[in-house]
Order: sequence, then C-alpha cells, then structure tokens
Amino acid sequence: MKMLSKIFMSASKEKSSLGLGFITLLFFIFLYLPIIIIVLFSFNANKIASIWGGFSTKWYVSAINNSALLDSLQVSLTVAFLATLFATSIAVAAALALTRSDEIRFKNVSNTVVNLPLMLPEIVFAVAILILFSQLGIKNGMFKLILAHTCFCIPFAFLPIRARLQGMNTYLEQAAQDLYASPWVTFKRITLPIIMPGVFAGGMLSFVISMDDFITSNILSGGGATTLPVYIFSLVKQGVSPELNAISTLIMLVPIVFATPIWLLTKQKIKS
Amino acid sequence: MKKINIHFWGVVPAYVIMMFLMIIPLFIILYVSFMTSDPYGGYKSIYSLDSYIQILYSYDWDENLVLNFHYLQIIGRTIVLSFLAATLCLIISFPVAFYISKQNSQVKQLLLYLVTIPFWVSMVVRVYAWVLILSDGGVLETGLKFFGFVNDIDSLLYSNNAMLVGMVYTYIPLMILPIYASIEKLDKRLLEAANDLYSSRIMSFKKIIFPLCKPGIIAGFVLVFVPCLGAVLEPTLLGGGKTMMMGNLIQNQFGVSRNWSFGASLTILLLSITLLFMLFQAYRSSKLSHQGIQ
Repeated sequence: MKMLSKIFMSASKEKSSLGLGFITLLFFIFLYLPIIIIVLFSFNANKIASIWGGFSTKWYVSAINNSALLDSLQVSLTVAFLATLFATSIAVAAALALTRSDEIRFKNVSNTVVNLPLMLPEIVFAVAILILFSQLGIKNGMFKLILAHTCFCIPFAFLPIRARLQGMNTYLEQAAQDLYASPWVTFKRITLPIIMPGVFAGGMLSFVISMDDFITSNILSGGGATTLPVYIFSLVKQGVSPELNAISTLIMLVPIVFATPIWLLTKQKIKS
Repeated sequence: MKKINIHFWGVVPAYVIMMFLMIIPLFIILYVSFMTSDPYGGYKSIYSLDSYIQILYSYDWDENLVLNFHYLQIIGRTIVLSFLAATLCLIISFPVAFYISKQNSQVKQLLLYLVTIPFWVSMVVRVYAWVLILSDGGVLETGLKFFGFVNDIDSLLYSNNAMLVGMVYTYIPLMILPIYASIEKLDKRLLEAANDLYSSRIMSFKKIIFPLCKPGIIAGFVLVFVPCLGAVLEPTLLGGGKTMMMGNLIQNQFGVSRNWSFGASLTILLLSITLLFMLFQAYRSSKLSHQGIQ
C-alpha cells in the first residue's frame, strides 16, 4: 500500500495528471475493495457474515475439512489438467502449421476456426454442447467436461504459442535441416525449446480458464461431476456465510500465486 | 505439394474438435429450435414455430395468441444493460489507461499487473463479493447505517443497478488493456503540437486522442459487450428471478423450466444479436483502416 501511495504521489507532480491520478486511485479502490472485504470477513468469528464478531480462523478449518469442496476441487484439477494437456498439444500443432504456411486464405480460414470459441457468447457454446451430448447419449460427467474444456481452451493456448512462433527466427531450423536433422528431431531439439515460453504461457492460461469456467461446467454438471466454481455458486445461492468467505479467499490465492511468476518473467525479459 | 500436406495435417485436430464440438452443435441448436419441446426434457421431432412465437406471444385463457412483453423486456434489458456496461467501462478506462501510459516503465508494469490480477481471480468469487456487499444487512448497508448516512434503504441487490455494477466490475480489465495499447501507440508529438497551437485539453482529446484510439475502443467494446450479452452469473446472483437477462433465461430453459426448443430459439436469437453487432464493428474498423487509422 505504501508503495502504491508513493506512486500516486510521485506522479501527481504535474498539475494535469492530478485529476487523472485521482480517478485511477478511485478505480483501483473499486477494483480491490470487494476482494479485500472478502478476505477481511473470512476472519470474522461471527456466524452472520456482515457483522464483525472478532478475529477467528475457524472458518478456514471448516473449509479445509469440507469434503464436498475437496471433491469439487479434485474434479476441477483433473479436468483442467487434462484439458490443458490436450488443448496445448492441439494448439502447438495448429500454430506450427499456420505460421509456416504460405497460403493466405488457408491461414485466414484456419485462424477463424481455431479461435471460434472466442467469438461466441459462452452460453451459446454451453447449450450447443449440452444438446450434442444428450443426442449422443454420453452420460459420463467427467468425459463431457474434459471434451468441452479442451475445445474452449484451444484458442487461449493457441494465441501465445502463435505469437512466439511468429517472432521466431527460422534460420536455426533451416540449419538443422541442412545438417540432415529429421523434421521430428528439428522440432524436438530446435523449435520446441525456442517456443517453450509461449507453450508455457498458453498452457498456464488455458489451465486458469478451465479452472475458472462456470457457464459450461454448470450446464454440464448433470452427470455428477461438479467443478469448484459450480460448487461455490451453489453455496452463494444459499446465502453469504463466513465459511464461503474463507473458501473464496483460499481460491483467490491460487491464481495470484500463478500470475506473479509470469509477471516477473516478462519483467525480466524486458530488462534484458 | 508435400509442404501443404504437412501444414494441413497440423491443423486437422483443431478442425476436428471445432467441427464436432462447435459447428455441428450450432446446427443442432438451429434444428431443435424448430421442433416441439417435450415437457419431460429434450424435444420431439415435430416441426413447429412455437418456440419462436413464444418469444413474442403467449396464450390467454381462450387459447388465443396475445402479445406478451415479458420476454421482449428481458431481451431489451440484456441489450441496454450490456451497452451501458460497455459504455461505463469505456468512460472509466480512458483516464485510467491514459494515466498508466504516462508513467515510467516500471510503474507501468506494476499498474498493468494490478489491472490484470482480479482477472485471474475466480469469476464466481468476484461476483460473490458484490453479493456480500449489496445484500440485505450486507457490508454496504451496515456501513452506511453505522456512519449514520441512512436509516433504512431499499434492497440494493436484485436490481438492474446491481447487475450493471457486477458486469462493469468483472469485465473492465478487458476494456483497459486494448485502450492502453492504442494510447501507447499514439504519437505523443501530435499532442505537443496541438498544445503549441493553443488547443484546449478537451479539444486535443476530441480531435486527436479519441479518433486515433478508435481501434482500441472498438476492440474493448466488443470484448466487454459480447460477454455481457451472454452473462449468466451476474444476472443470476445480482439480478435474481425478477430481473433476468438472456443468459440466465436460456440456462433456465435447460434446467428447471425444461423447455429445450424455447431455449434453443432464444440461443439462436442471442447468437444473431451477437453476430450482427460483430459485423457492425467489423464494418466500422474496416472503414477506419481505409482512413489510415490502424
């Protein structure tokens, strides 16, 4: 906080940015106050969530011992892990093919196809896939979730990988091929290590997107597979409670832990 | 020839997935929307336009069709609220993005990181935060009473305003980032020149910043408006059953209401609204690129 106020102070030396700085400060308060309120009230000893009754960590204990929560967490992690694995592999293949192709029309059409999930409201996709699965008579909840998540994670994995490939120099690949490396060896020894940061970023992004997904997972939740966001949603519908605040706080920590190393990595890259 | 083959095979898995999980299902929705719904879930393969008629009309006691504004109101609310949310995001984002772009690179990095952090936080949790704040006896009401601003207030939750706040809150990073990107690209010398020629700050904004940032504005508007149209969480948790939007109306048809064909026709309608909007924006940005702004 001290650091933040310092930034706002130092920047307001200019008269013109004083107003802008104030608006920006208000904006960040708007952005962070709701999150801070959740964290604060998760330590509330009172059972009524909005009236302060002293400091307590008991809601964290009951959150950790909540077996339904742990089950949904396990479902979410399994789905996110497998969907990320499939989506990233498919995205690498597609990105390689598209950046190396010279056919402009093929490239344009394919880019649109790969990015289709980004262009529709998610509820449309969710309804479409629900009807499809019921037509095919697929009952297994996990299977449905993994397929659906793989599909909408593909563009999120694809875009960072494509960006990395587009910025990559092809001389090394050509040199490897001149030295009689097979396409597979070239890919394994040259291309993959170079695009690895893109693959990592794409995989991370699709993992977070999958973990966070609500609309599709909720519509498909009939098959007995409840993901973490769907479970939390069911708790929210029952009303606010301090245990819910504790669960929310725990969940908020995870992506921040994930996002910080990415931020530090990109910062380093810019410096060097 | 061999080269094209290799490229083709690389995209095949993505094509197969998109074909079977997106394109074919969309046609199935279109098909279902023209069928009769089955009250026990699913649909019967009997052609009828009932599900489209139901959007506009309902049957009265004598089985006559009468105009019914219930669903039209929900559709109208969806479009108006999404538009308002995107516009509010735009109004807030401009000064913030401009301020960030004026900082040195280290502060810039930090502020951009702070803008994106909430985006990594679970969406359900972010919407829940507003339930906690706005609910009866919630944080806002307790706070206002504590400081003696009000004695009794109407319920803040379950209203259009609550949904609007929720949508602005969840989607605003999607507006700031593209606008920031286009402000960064802006040639700062133009602003200096305008300043030298005695242009007021409002004039510089109107004549230089706004027109040159239009690509960013259009991108941000699409990124906020489209997910708002299909929002489910905000209307369910902050709007409740009385103030619905298309997102939760559709979801209900496949859940409690069990009216699949009606749900399918609403989905087709939502899809058409989205596509029309995207076409309009694509037309606008192609006009911009003709003018040389990109």
